[in-house]
Amino acid sequence: MSSADIYREIILDYYRNPRNYGKIPNPDVAQRDSNPLCGDELEMHLNIKDNKIADVKFTGKGCAISQASASMLTELIMGKDFEEVKKLSKEDILENLGLHDLGPARIKCALLSLKVLKSGLYSYLTEKMKDTASADKMKEEASGLY
Amino acid sequence: MQASVINIEKIRKDFPILERKVHKDKPLVYLDNAATTQKPVQVIEAISNYYLNYNSNIHRAVHELAEEATAAYELTRDKVAKFINAPRREEIVFVRGTTEAINLVAYTWGRQNVGKDDIIVTTEYEHHSNIVPWQLLAKEKGARIEYVGVDDGGQLMLEQLDRYLETGRVKLVTFSQMSNVLGTISDSEEIVRRCKARGVRVLVDGAQSVPHMKVDLQRLGCDFFAFSAHKMLGPTGVGVLWARRDLLEGMVPFNGGGDMIREVHKYETTWNDLPYKFEAGTPNIADVIGFGAAIDYLEAIGMDRVREHEVEITRYALEKLSEIKGMKIYGPMDAGKRGGVISFNLGDIHPHDLATIIDEDGVAIRSGHHCAQVLMERLDVSATSRASFYIYNTKDEVDVLVRALNRARELFRI
Repeated sequence: MSSADIYREIILDYYRNPRNYGKIPNPDVAQRDSNPLCGDELEMHLNIKDNKIADVKFTGKGCAISQASASMLTELIMGKDFEEVKKLSKEDILENLGLHDLGPARIKCALLSLKVLKSGLYSYLTEKMKDTASADKMKEEASGLY
Repeated sequence: MQASVINIEKIRKDFPILERKVHKDKPLVYLDNAATTQKPVQVIEAISNYYLNYNSNIHRAVHELAEEATAAYELTRDKVAKFINAPRREEIVFVRGTTEAINLVAYTWGRQNVGKDDIIVTTEYEHHSNIVPWQLLAKEKGARIEYVGVDDGGQLMLEQLDRYLETGRVKLVTFSQMSNVLGTISDSEEIVRRCKARGVRVLVDGAQSVPHMKVDLQRLGCDFFAFSAHKMLGPTGVGVLWARRDLLEGMVPFNGGGDMIREVHKYETTWNDLPYKFEAGTPNIADVIGFGAAIDYLEAIGMDRVREHEVEITRYALEKLSEIKGMKIYGPMDAGKRGGVISFNLGDIHPHDLATIIDEDGVAIRSGHHCAQVLMERLDVSATSRASFYIYNTKDEVDVLVRALNRARELFRI
């Protein structure tokens, strides 16, 4: 897709005015990752209560796509059922961003946020839920995102 | 095309890739030369000629093909020695690239000579390849790494070097002759002089300097020198380590295997003469031969004229880029004292977004940390955009870059 289609007003707005930007003190889940190719960084904090995402925040540095993607993902999952969030796919993220046919280099920027989320859920499932079967699936999904 | 110190029109004809279009119909404007340069037909033909006509292994067989291949491979060694004015041809060791050359020194000389609490001095503007091998060595030996800082003008703060040298614990000072991000040309001879006054060994990373300016090792006076073929019109997978003969003689081999031995017995082996002691296994014969053609090409133009052309185009680019609203350029602003590498940021556009946008206009630049994250931290940025020039770039191409940057600026409403 052309850059005029990628860098629409909404992407620039989320890049410059990210929603849910910040940290949660003592979060249930804290997950950080970076893209070694370009150095994009992302850290996501989550609180989970009654099987719902009670709160979510992120901090990070990077391109408009990676940062807008992260911010829009936090809005997408806020208050959602844990089970539903576990099922989020690559297609859901790209649909939510309105970005299709990104090249192989830039799709990594768009999916970094989902990768961080899934890795975080993996830790949560392993450490707090002792649900190794679901955790392993989550880990596999996270590593298959690039 | 504007008049220039070199005949760009003629040069461009030797690079068929520059004729290609990208994104359907956009002429390629290749400004990522600090990463790797394009290759002239002379280099490509030298490589294919070897495979088509005299492909064979070198140094061992006595048949005619082997003799031709050995002669061509060894001829490049002579060309390299002359090109950088090395005192002796046997001090030229062919490796995979600058990274391998530096690792070779760290793993052999470094392990033999650096001990607990010793200091290795590098700089804040080094490429990761001149930081990480030393970190590995320091961890193994309990040694320390110290950094010569970079000031706001992009220059090394040499008074910091003096302070480290005064401790008497410094075993090696290692620095790049030209920064791959800022374009700063280090005051190499002065750094070497200060180190030599204290009897400290010096490694110079010439990956960015050798392709772009006349380098004279006998004048420079360092102990180790490393550079790569692919950044100077040659193929990938070939680089050079130069070191003083007495040092190479004292160093243990890096890789063991064929060609690096004199005699192998069940429990004992003696080493081959220099430089073969450090060239175990079948080397990259075709690409070393191609590298020879690249050196011929540059010699025919003349390195002084290569440099002059780059100063001219860099001066023009610095002037035009500075006029763009929201532009921030890193590094020295005097084109006469820097290389043809310009790092910049435009407003709050992340370099990856910027590179994506201008790629649509056919402009290939680099974006990211340029394998220099220590410098990115020093500059307090996560990334920069980088345009870098070579002999085939024109001022017209700088104009295309500037127009593309202005389009990006408008897209981001800056």
